[in-house]
Amino acid sequence: MSAQTAPARTKGRSSVQESIASRVLAMAVMAIATLYFLTPIWWLFVASTKTRGQFTTTAPLWFADFNLFENIQALFDYRNAVFLRWLLNSALYAGLGAALATLFAAMTGYAIAKYTFWGRNALFNVILGGVLVPATALALPLFLLFSQIGATNTYWAVFLPSLVSPFGVYLSRIYAAASVPDEIIEAARIDGAGEVKTFFTVSTRMLAPALVTIFLFQFVAIWNNFFLPLIMLRDEALFPVTLGLYVWNTQVSQIPDIRALVIIGSLLSIIPLIITFLGLQRFWQSGLANGGLK
Amino acid sequence: MSTDTPTRGKPKSRAVRHRGALLVFLAPFGVLFTLFYIVPILYAIYQSTLVVERDGTFGAARQVFGGLTQYIAVFQNDAFWQSIGRVMLFGIVQVPIMLGLALLLALLLDSPLVRGTKFFRLAFFAPYAVPGVIAAIMWGFLYSPNLSPFTDVTRAIPFLSGELVLWSIANVVTWVYVGYNMLIIYSALLAIPQEIYEAARLDGAGQARIAWSIKIPLVVPALVLTGIFSIIGTLQLLAEPQVFRSFTSTVTSDFTPNLLIYSTASVPNVSLAAAMSVVLALTTFILSFTVLKLTQRRTQA
Repeated sequence: MSAQTAPARTKGRSSVQESIASRVLAMAVMAIATLYFLTPIWWLFVASTKTRGQFTTTAPLWFADFNLFENIQALFDYRNAVFLRWLLNSALYAGLGAALATLFAAMTGYAIAKYTFWGRNALFNVILGGVLVPATALALPLFLLFSQIGATNTYWAVFLPSLVSPFGVYLSRIYAAASVPDEIIEAARIDGAGEVKTFFTVSTRMLAPALVTIFLFQFVAIWNNFFLPLIMLRDEALFPVTLGLYVWNTQVSQIPDIRALVIIGSLLSIIPLIITFLGLQRFWQSGLANGGLK
Repeated sequence: MSTDTPTRGKPKSRAVRHRGALLVFLAPFGVLFTLFYIVPILYAIYQSTLVVERDGTFGAARQVFGGLTQYIAVFQNDAFWQSIGRVMLFGIVQVPIMLGLALLLALLLDSPLVRGTKFFRLAFFAPYAVPGVIAAIMWGFLYSPNLSPFTDVTRAIPFLSGELVLWSIANVVTWVYVGYNMLIIYSALLAIPQEIYEAARLDGAGQARIAWSIKIPLVVPALVLTGIFSIIGTLQLLAEPQVFRSFTSTVTSDFTPNLLIYSTASVPNVSLAAAMSVVLALTTFILSFTVLKLTQRRTQA
């Protein structure tokens, strides 16, 4: 929050006028970078609008007949809308998973920041160690554990592990320490509100940018997660969209027609993420600013 | 990352007073963290100490305690160390290029030389919203000698050949993560008070000079953070090479440590795979910890 509302920057009107040459050079670098980052996405979009025949015969970076909606229809018609099922699975794993992960991480980070209790620093250090343990390193151990209780190949096997966000605890602790004043908690206490109620009614509002940031990054982490579903799931009906598209992509050499579905499916799988990021950018950018600093 | 909070001068009796609330706050995360972080790690360590034993050639297999047998097997496993070497080489080249690019773009965004920063910020960040699997599928098409929009280039340069495929994968990873790292660095740059630049401007320092002498030293903590996450990511490479296996046979089932762990576990040689997981996790931890300590020492000196 604070970083974003810093005094307005005096862009281009600095006391020293920059030379035209360095401006041109800087803009050229930005233009090349834009081409590099956006061309693949542009290509994916254009390719998704073409008929099968036009895919290889027309200019690859410009439109031919605009067939996008027919292609989406074909994708959803394929094998009883299995793709739609994958999209819904991903939405469930990532949406509900990230929401709960954010709540649990925020409560823990807030408690560590605002209360003194025995073992507080030790607890935080263990969780911080958890930040350094990547999700992929846990996939096989989790599989071994879940197979002990016969719970592999279930929704739970992918859903439950994604409710843990050590990075979320780290971020919300820093954010809570900086932006939830003790006086406000104290005032709520004097008004007779309980600690838990104070957290939900008062503190969460001040934590909002951090909460949105944690939610988004956990959402992306779950949506992008590949190893855990790959190793846990056999039943196609439980697949998240990334695993489904991966499996289709391995079948392209046997079923060439599936290639068009992979392309249009890839486009559809990234649109929700891009829209979410664009819509919530005001929040996560300030949350990121505070998390990256300390 | 500092670990000590400034304890606000409140009485310690709070802990006793708010025990119930603390339980509500800490229990959900605590239980899940224990079940899905700590227990799996302990279980993997336990599993890695087991060996399969048979009574004669056709006897039933059973698992018995084998001490460090699996770890000796890991250390003698050439494929494992080759895959570690491969991702290390990948990281030594890719991480500096990626962070260098991210730093350059962040500095340009922060300089008065560039207009339209809002657009560029989002354009560069967009690939982060593309899952690794999808990014790899997309670039797989772009690299293809027949299907690429740039067939003139892809027919001349064999991006999917044995020599180049590692760097083609490096490009996919760079494409996805430059914008993310750029935003973290850019956020750190935004937090620098403008007054710091005034003296330099009065002395007639140009933007390049200001960037080099003032801005870069001040964003070192952000660079360390992004560097550590990049190292972790590199050692854990899996999705991109796994997808590339559909495009080229040059990516083998032991290309990266995680691919090898996956294929070893599906053999199934679960105990060996568990031992590999433990060694990989330790290697990752030691490496990122070392980077953290080294850079801390340098910035303090």
